[in-house]
Amino acid sequence: MRSKVTLARLVRNPQARYGLIALVLLLALAYVGPFFGPYDWTDKDFMSFLSPPSADHWWGTTQIGQDVYAVTLRGMQKSIIIGFLVALFSTGLAALVGAAAGYFGGWVDRVLMWGADLLLVLPSFLIIAIVSPRLKGASWLWFVVLLAVFSWMITSRVVRSMTLSLREREFVLAARYMGIPGWKIILRHIVPNLSSLLIIDATINVSGAIIGEAALSFFGFGIQPPDVSLGTLIAAGSGKVTGYPWLFLFPAGLLVLLVLSINLIGDGLRDALDPGSNK
Amino acid sequence: MGAYLLKRLVSNVLLVAIAASMAYFLAATSLNPRAKYEGKQPPVAEAVVDATLDDYNLNDKTPVFERYVTWVSGVVTGDLGETWDGKSINEEMGRRVGVSLRLLLIGTLVGSAVGVTVGGYAAVKQYRLSDRVIGVSAFVIMAIPVFVLATMLTLVAVGINDTLGFTLLEYTGEYNPALSGWDQFTNRLNHLILPTISLALGQIAFYSRIQRNMMLDVLGQDFVRTARAKGLSRRSALFKHALRTSLIPAATYFAFAFGTLLTGATFTEKIFGWHGMGAWLVDSIQSNDVNAVAAVSLFTAACVLVAGFLSDLIVAALDPRVRVS
Repeated sequence: MRSKVTLARLVRNPQARYGLIALVLLLALAYVGPFFGPYDWTDKDFMSFLSPPSADHWWGTTQIGQDVYAVTLRGMQKSIIIGFLVALFSTGLAALVGAAAGYFGGWVDRVLMWGADLLLVLPSFLIIAIVSPRLKGASWLWFVVLLAVFSWMITSRVVRSMTLSLREREFVLAARYMGIPGWKIILRHIVPNLSSLLIIDATINVSGAIIGEAALSFFGFGIQPPDVSLGTLIAAGSGKVTGYPWLFLFPAGLLVLLVLSINLIGDGLRDALDPGSNK
Repeated sequence: MGAYLLKRLVSNVLLVAIAASMAYFLAATSLNPRAKYEGKQPPVAEAVVDATLDDYNLNDKTPVFERYVTWVSGVVTGDLGETWDGKSINEEMGRRVGVSLRLLLIGTLVGSAVGVTVGGYAAVKQYRLSDRVIGVSAFVIMAIPVFVLATMLTLVAVGINDTLGFTLLEYTGEYNPALSGWDQFTNRLNHLILPTISLALGQIAFYSRIQRNMMLDVLGQDFVRTARAKGLSRRSALFKHALRTSLIPAATYFAFAFGTLLTGATFTEKIFGWHGMGAWLVDSIQSNDVNAVAAVSLFTAACVLVAGFLSDLIVAALDPRVRVS
């Protein structure tokens, strides 16, 4: 019932509607678009290097003859996956850590929150920048883990303070007196009651992670070749932007559109799930 | 009030020490300056490499804790050590800090002043066309990462220069060393325009959103109406009563915004070819320069500390409740 009301509110909100439409179009472009392009992202056209957009190469070619359309969509797929995985992982971590700290209290609370404070102080950019290029042989999933590990702390503090009030509520007390173990109460009763906060947080984390990935890849500290992401493409394109702007404009434009549409949805979700906070 | 600020200062200094130490340990254990010497032709004898690295306190054969103690005892006396090729970090830093601080200072001032003004203006004109335009553009700007914005600005500058036929906007480096005197001064200002825009735009968007929300909260409150009722003009009621109260949240966000500004400065410096601290961070990680990484971390941590302290000071100045308690 509640989810129906929320969904109806979300669709009525023009901001969120435009955001959703844009996101669906962008997802379709990233995952269906490559099938319509004349080239595969691994193809190299040795007859045209750095040629501007044309009927043959829709978005032009790179200096080694790659088709910018195919490569950019490939990079966008990676950026989208990274964004969603990081958001899932970091919001999940924030929910579990925050709820455990708030529910159990005592030394569990102190240890978990001390860890969160420590991670907040550490220079995350520096740590990811130093560690991630050294994972060269390893999978890019490690990079996702690194990004997520440094983005859950503030939400977990919010979750903790909300758990503190939730754990005194009747349904939680009833469950506890029935002898249900603590971790089950957290998963079944506490986390679902925080779902609106977590959904909003996850949405905002997606765009944050996409930007974070692109920022680190811009300096070569993120996704390593031969993998491509929007960040590596923007980095490669920005060096040649004055002579060959299509190398930069297409990935950068898609990145901005992606982030913008997700932010619009996040804002709309906040209005729909939490009508009181009219920020 | 004094005790409050002192307490904040002590805890902040502690955090800086922890952050810098962690950065040192991380850099010392995972970066390898030895690689710089090993690939040389003709090959350098291992004993020579060891001796050189020992000189610079970079030898990975010395236990990391021992190197850390040497580094800390240097830092405490104001000596940040040497780069991987034996240059003094203090000298290099002296040059680069000036470059970065100029960018950061102007970016902060322009960003917060314009942002607060724009946000306050939007709140006063709520739901009018100007409010909507400001809101939408702030939203769009916040979705554009600094490195995209900066690159777009160079693209625009090149376009303008090309159509005009001469260099109206400079987009690489910090100044033209061939000029001198007044010419060099204006040339420096010209080089500042694009980096400042790329740094300040994000800040403006951020502050304007906060300031608009807070201003709207305050405008509906009784004390503003009372101020009007006792005969103040709309203008002075807005400036003396509404603006001051609504500035407090923006001031508390100041430290946070400064952190994003620091990261933004790294991109801006790299893209516009400024040799500041941000560019040094990236270069030193790429060149396995342990002491330089630690020095930059120390600098950024200290900057964040100063920003946090400033933000506390501003809040205390604006909010009487903080001063009394």
